[in-house]
Amino acid sequence: MLIIPCPYCGPRPELEFSYGGQAHVTRPTAASNPSPAEWNAFQYERANLKGLHAERWRHIHGCARFFNVVRDTTTDEILRSYRSGEK
Amino acid sequence: MLKLKAARTLPARASALGWRMLDPRSCWSLRVDLVAAAGPMSAADLPLAIDVCRAATRGDWSALWLGPDEQLLVGLDSAHAQLAPRLAAALDGVAHSIVDVSHRQAAIELSGPGATRLLAMGCPLDFDLRSAPVGFCTRTVYAKAEVVLWRQDTQRFQLQAWRSFLPYVTGLLALGSQELTAGI
Repeated sequence: MLIIPCPYCGPRPELEFSYGGQAHVTRPTAASNPSPAEWNAFQYERANLKGLHAERWRHIHGCARFFNVVRDTTTDEILRSYRSGEK
Repeated sequence: MLKLKAARTLPARASALGWRMLDPRSCWSLRVDLVAAAGPMSAADLPLAIDVCRAATRGDWSALWLGPDEQLLVGLDSAHAQLAPRLAAALDGVAHSIVDVSHRQAAIELSGPGATRLLAMGCPLDFDLRSAPVGFCTRTVYAKAEVVLWRQDTQRFQLQAWRSFLPYVTGLLALGSQELTAGI
């Protein structure tokens, strides 16, 4: 089982979390008048990296907060976690 | 499934083995900025848990830290009607939300030397006193059910589960107690 460090509650077992997909995917603003290709990229295109991956997790059975985690997809090692809005 | 059903028919024996249902209590979900609420709550003689995953008690009421802006207030059923006006008066001018969740969940008390082992059968947290000291509280899971756990003493825990999950949680506790007693 992964031990995921929640930035609010500290290290907790994976069972308490739900996965939220790739982090830092920015929604195009209406003002930028996104093209269909840009809109498609926002909705469907993900990096699917081998290696260090920034991803969102939610401590759903805990403090219920979303936050970000940097995980190595080859080893599952978690390098760090940080709150939403931080880098 | 059959085993669970059998376990459910033995509540009297199970209660002798270290867990029991508690009387209904008054429970409120409070969402508020902790920094803004600390002063007003203290002035109104109401508890507010500031430390992460710790409970605070003041008079008849306890506040359990569940999230950075979420508290569970627990008190006596007899004081239920008084809390909403007290809270509303105390937090006047502070953005907040109070929701009566008394009927949503029921409380189970686990006590005795087997309490941590019984908990560990369904909950993956570390119950060593260094990581979960007295006063520790958190939302977590018991098997597949979401529960609120509160360590009230070294060998006494309160487990709050939503009522629709109670047959599942108490069934597992009964089964666990039987296994511990049998030395499995």
